[in-house]
Amino acid sequence: MDLSVDRFAEAHILIWDKTSPISFHRSETKMNNNKEYTLYNEKVMDHFMNPRNMGDLPSADGVGEVGAAACGDIMKISLKIEDGRIKDARFKTFGCGSAIASSSMATELIKGRTVEEAMSFSNQEVVDALGGLPPVKIHCSVLAEEALKAALEDYVKKHPEAASAPTKGEPAKA
Amino acid sequence: MPRPPVFLDHLSSTPVDPRVFEAMKPFFTEAFGNPSSLHRYGLQVREALRRAREQFAFLIGAENADDILLTSGGTEANNLAVKGVAYANQRKGNHLVLSETEHPSVLESIAFLEKQGFTSTKVPVDAQGILRLDKLREALTDQTILIAVHHANHDIGAIQPVAEIGKIAAERGIAFFCDATASAGWTPIDVKAMGIHLLSFAPHRFYGPKGVGVLYRNRKARLVSILHGGVQENGRRAGTENVPAIVGGGLAAEIARKELPQRAEKVRALQKRLMAGLAAKVPYLKFNGPPSGPLRLPTNVSLAAEFIEGEGQLLLLDHLGVCVASGGSCVSKSLKVSHVLTAIGLDHALAQGSIIMTLGKENTEEEMDYVIETMAKVVERLRGMSPMWDEFQQGKIDSTVAPRGVGRSFTEHAAEVSGHREERARR
Ligand code: FES
Repeated sequence: MDLSVDRFAEAHILIWDKTSPISFHRSETKMNNNKEYTLYNEKVMDHFMNPRNMGDLPSADGVGEVGAAACGDIMKISLKIEDGRIKDARFKTFGCGSAIASSSMATELIKGRTVEEAMSFSNQEVVDALGGLPPVKIHCSVLAEEALKAALEDYVKKHPEAASAPTKGEPAKA
Repeated sequence: MPRPPVFLDHLSSTPVDPRVFEAMKPFFTEAFGNPSSLHRYGLQVREALRRAREQFAFLIGAENADDILLTSGGTEANNLAVKGVAYANQRKGNHLVLSETEHPSVLESIAFLEKQGFTSTKVPVDAQGILRLDKLREALTDQTILIAVHHANHDIGAIQPVAEIGKIAAERGIAFFCDATASAGWTPIDVKAMGIHLLSFAPHRFYGPKGVGVLYRNRKARLVSILHGGVQENGRRAGTENVPAIVGGGLAAEIARKELPQRAEKVRALQKRLMAGLAAKVPYLKFNGPPSGPLRLPTNVSLAAEFIEGEGQLLLLDHLGVCVASGGSCVSKSLKVSHVLTAIGLDHALAQGSIIMTLGKENTEEEMDYVIETMAKVVERLRGMSPMWDEFQQGKIDSTVAPRGVGRSFTEHAAEVSGHREERARR
């Protein structure tokens, strides 16, 4: 068996060459100032920077305002409902970037759904649609789910007939 | 070409001074020896360490360079001070006294010691964040072996009455440890005149490198090692010294001491400009800590914008090229607002919107004006998205900063809507 240093080194080089795409000798590591360095992914940042459906609905059929016990933030969702279907949705949020992005995305997702469909809305949908949230920021999407449900409850309270009335038209695609 | 970002987070770290960087270079490649070695490579480096100790001693008015212990950073220095003094004195007593607004490295070191039979008392601060001396006196017992109070607060810039604390410590024969990581290099320190027995700081806060921390220890204060396996630092901190960082840190300390008056004067003027500008341009803003002046670090501006939250401000400011920190809950992994803001009795909703700006010697007046203008835009934008701002406009909730006497408090409102949520969860 040849134990010379050269042979040994060569063997190692061969292994690395074949199996690893990692380059160990990057000669410079540069700091750049581009978008790479943000706390959230691009999708979340987009919804934070350019929120969809931000605002109030003057003649809302249901309004829900909830607070997050975890961090103390507050979210409000207003819904316009016609024939048992969500025609329009708006949000206002006192909360972090993830909360603002979550409420923006949630209002996008639920437009066009029936009240019944919206009742089973889950925060996971928001997380998926946003391409993921950091683990500590999942509760912000839960806040969006809860604000939506509070708005739906408010609607049902004001329109008891709606709870039982059949929905007109075909159910919306999820 | 977009403007270069304005760095207003010198509390987190500062760039290494080019003179310091130059001085460090040979210690990576040529003078790479281990100071514990007995041959020429070791001896050469030992000489450099001795010089750095003298420079560190010079910054804080310590008489003897042998009283300087070198660690890996401010956190380790704080751990060593608290645990090292506690273990060394456990036959004398088991009671530790600290302020409510210490850095987590002090708070949690003491929490760790409490699991091992030590006890502690946290002394409250007033609404500006200054330690209550009367409460400190009350807290001391004949079992007290350590008083730990920082020199200046990271979050709100409050400068503590350390000389008075030093006097009390001397009267009672108790060791006084002062964490000066926020203040060293920016505001004068004289361990002798202040009656400080142990003092920690980290050069990367004043244009030195990361990876080195300093613990000054008056030889009269007993201290045992918490790192074992070597005789470095006279047996009080085992482990090979980070020579390049120590050399660089030493030079940074010497420069900081020599340039301190100019640096402090410059950042103080910027601080005044920034605070005045923000107060004029942004309504419903609360400044935390003492006003710009002798009770406040010249580098720190801490504020809370009402009706909005801090992380959103931080993200938008970053996007517009202003880099700051926040003490709000959404920014912290624990989802708790900064314990310092809680200690000064800041309303939770206000603490949520807190922003910490820390100045450095390279900042300019023009930058301050840009920050003021940008901050006004950011706050306006986020208020436009906030349900609380709306409800304030409608008179449903009131402002804490400038109460109008209409509507209930934000906190009451938040409790109610959160209650609504819990009620739903129960169903
Ligand atoms: S809403 Fe507070 S952490 Fe996201």
